[in-house]
Amino acid sequence: MARFGMVIDTKKCVGCMDCVVACKTENNVPEGYNRDWIVTVANGKFPDIHLEIQSQRCNHCDSTPCVSCCPTGASHVEEFGKIVLVTHNMCIGCKACVAACPYDARFVNPEGYADKCTFCIHRVEKSELPACVSVCPTHCMYFGDLDDPNSEVSKLIASRKNHTLIPEAGTSPRIYYLT
Amino acid sequence: MQELTTTRHNLHIDPSMAVWGWEIPVYLFLGGMVAGMMIISGYFLFSKRYKETNCACYTLPIISLILLSVGMFALFLDLEHKLFVWRLYTTFKIASPMSWGAWILILVYPIIIANLLIGPPQFLINKFPKISLVTTYINQRPRLIQNIGVANMLLGGLLGVYTGVLLSTMAARPLWNSSMLWVLFLVSGLSTAAAFVHMIAKNVKERELLAKADNGFLTIEIFVIALMIIGLLTSTRVHIDAAELLLSGAYAPVFWVFVVGMGIIIPLIIQLLAVNHKIKHTPIAPIMVIIGGLILRFVIVSAGQHSHWLNAHFK
Repeated sequence: MARFGMVIDTKKCVGCMDCVVACKTENNVPEGYNRDWIVTVANGKFPDIHLEIQSQRCNHCDSTPCVSCCPTGASHVEEFGKIVLVTHNMCIGCKACVAACPYDARFVNPEGYADKCTFCIHRVEKSELPACVSVCPTHCMYFGDLDDPNSEVSKLIASRKNHTLIPEAGTSPRIYYLT
Repeated sequence: MQELTTTRHNLHIDPSMAVWGWEIPVYLFLGGMVAGMMIISGYFLFSKRYKETNCACYTLPIISLILLSVGMFALFLDLEHKLFVWRLYTTFKIASPMSWGAWILILVYPIIIANLLIGPPQFLINKFPKISLVTTYINQRPRLIQNIGVANMLLGGLLGVYTGVLLSTMAARPLWNSSMLWVLFLVSGLSTAAAFVHMIAKNVKERELLAKADNGFLTIEIFVIALMIIGLLTSTRVHIDAAELLLSGAYAPVFWVFVVGMGIIIPLIIQLLAVNHKIKHTPIAPIMVIIGGLILRFVIVSAGQHSHWLNAHFK
C-alpha cells in the first residue's frame, strides 16, 4: 500500500498562493480559515540574506500525535495512502488534536469538527493530483508514493538537498522542502 | 535578520493558539479538587474516623458530586460538536488520555455515591426513604466502609493524575510536556481540597489535621513547581522558552503574584501561624489556596497553548 507524501521545490516557489486558492475552492474551506498557507522565512545578515518560501499544510506525519490523542477515533490514518483524516461525524470537537499538532495545521470548522488538509483524497482516489499540486504555475509541487523508490518524489528526495518542518518534534513529517 | 511571515490566520490558532478558553481550566481545577476530596474522604473512611458523627466524609461526597458535575458541564460546553459527545463512550482509545479520563469519570461517580450512602444528608433520606436500608446495610459492615475508602483514594488519585497527564502528553506544547505536571496538578488538587475541608470542617481536630496537611501539600507544591521549571530550563531551546513564559514572560506577573505568592506562600505562612496557635483559623488562607489553584490551571492552560516549537527556528 502506498504512503503518500509531497515534495515542494522552494527554488521554484514564488509564493503566488494559487495552491491556497485552489484548496479553498476545491474543498469549500470556510471563510477565514486555511488548510494550506504560505510561509516566508528570512534568515541572515545583509547582504547575505536567505529567503525561503514554503507552501505549508498538514504534514501527514508517520508518527501522529493528533491521532493518538483522539478519544473517539475520529482522527485516524486512512489505509489508502496512509493519509491522516478526520471522520466528521465521529469528532466531538474536543480540540485535543488541534493542540497536539506541532505545526498548528488543524482548526475547528465552524460546523464543529476538526478540519485539515486531506491531500485531496477524493481526487487522489481517482488518480488525480491534489488541487494545490495540480494548479501550481511554477510546477514546484510534487505528489506521490514515498515507499516507491521509482516515484518522482522519492527520486527528488534522494537527489536534492531537502528538509522537513520541525523534525526535532519527532513526528516524521511527509512533506519535504527542496532547497 | 530573522523573520517569518505567514498568510494563515485561522481563528484561535493564529497568531497564538487559544483553542481552550475558560472551560478547560475550570474543569481541570474542579476535577483536581474533587480528586483531592475523594482522597481525603477515603482516608477518613479507611482510618475509621467516620465513626465521629461530624466527620467531613459525610459532607464531602455531596459536594464532590456537585463540583464534578459542574466541571463536566464546563467540559461539555467546551466541545464544538456537542451532539456527538456520546462518541466518547462507544470506544476506548488506550493512547488517548482524554479517552481514559472519560472512562475514569464514569467510574468515579458510583464510588462517590457509595461514600455518600454511608451517611446521606437528611434531605435525601426524606425524599428517598429507602436509602436508609442501604445505609444500614453498609454501616453494619465496617470492612465494606474501609473498602469504599480505598476505592475513593484510588479513583481520586487516578482522577487527579489524569488532569495533568491530559496536558503533559502533548509534546507539541513545550510547557505542558513535563513529567512533573501530573504531580503538580495532583498536589494542587489535594491542597485545594484540604483547604476546602479546613474551611468547612465542624470537627476541631479535623480542621487542625487538614490545616497541617495543607501546609505539607503547599510545601510540596513549591518544590514541584521548582522541579518542573528546572526540568524545562535544562531541556531544549523551546522548553527553555516555555519556562521563560512563567519566569519573566507575559504570564510571569500572574504566575508569581497570584499562584505562587497569594496562592501558596502567603496562605502557607498564615496557616503555619494558625496551627501553631499564634493566630485563629480563618477562611482567608483556604480561600486564597483555592483561588490560587484555579489561577494555576488558567496560567498553565493558557501559557501552554502559547508555547510553541516554531520558536526553535529563531534562536
